[in-house]
Amino acid sequence: MVDVIVFVVAAVIVLGGGLGVISLRNPVHAALSLIASFFGVAVLFILQEAHLLALVQVVVYAGAVVVLFLFVIMLLGVDQSEDVSTEPIVGQRPLAAAGAGLILLLVLGGLFLSGPGGDDGSVALTGQPAAVTPIDDSQNIEQLGRDLFTSNILAFEATALLLTIATVGAVVLVRNQGGEDLVVDDPGSSVR
Amino acid sequence: MEVTATWYLVLSAVLFSLGTFGLLTRRNPLVMFMCVELMLNAVNLSFVAFSNALGDLAGQTAVFFVLVVAAAEVVVGLSIVVALLRRRPDATVDEFVEMRG
Repeated sequence: MVDVIVFVVAAVIVLGGGLGVISLRNPVHAALSLIASFFGVAVLFILQEAHLLALVQVVVYAGAVVVLFLFVIMLLGVDQSEDVSTEPIVGQRPLAAAGAGLILLLVLGGLFLSGPGGDDGSVALTGQPAAVTPIDDSQNIEQLGRDLFTSNILAFEATALLLTIATVGAVVLVRNQGGEDLVVDDPGSSVR
Repeated sequence: MEVTATWYLVLSAVLFSLGTFGLLTRRNPLVMFMCVELMLNAVNLSFVAFSNALGDLAGQTAVFFVLVVAAAEVVVGLSIVVALLRRRPDATVDEFVEMRG
């Protein structure tokens, strides 16, 4: 019963944060809603025994990623409110709602219309046999580490390469070529 | 009453649709990025739900990689946004016509 209560509270936080991101006019408020949503997802991870991922979720997403967003917002001074009351393209919102609703219907249809699992131990939805890497009783972090450094070592190394490329790419992209003047954010200009 | 994997999957589907709708309607490139993050989080949630339901650790490993790729994507994406907005601080995505091929 505690599970249900925790799930409902976390789900409300997740969906409320998500709604905030898509509806709040000020990008800073949207970023703060995003933090709420990430925290809710972290709670749901803990509820599903994925303790390490919950920790990483808070540190990387709610910490690093959102701080990066806020830093860019503050740096560039783009924190003025966006006018969300008018539609720039006629019919954009109904079409977007129809597209998102279609995706939702497809996923829910796949979820609820798929048959039961097969007799050979295969699982509904995927049709594949379950548990390629079974979860055992040892610590979550220990299992995840062992899985990463044995069966997924190649992907892990590729990740290191990816992060290096991303770092170099970010430095190259934001380098101030030709010494052009930066647009300085006027303090207080966002308080209108 | 017990929380089953279906609950998580439904929540994940709703969150993903929310992110899709936001991505299609918002015009501030930073907020569009946040919507992409929402969608990635929805997928992560369903990965962990499947991992828990099937007793298979591979789902959690996948989430780990999604996290890393998302972080790299944010770094590169935000530097593109910085490079674009530095020239026109109040531009929306509709006005970036110079990116037309």
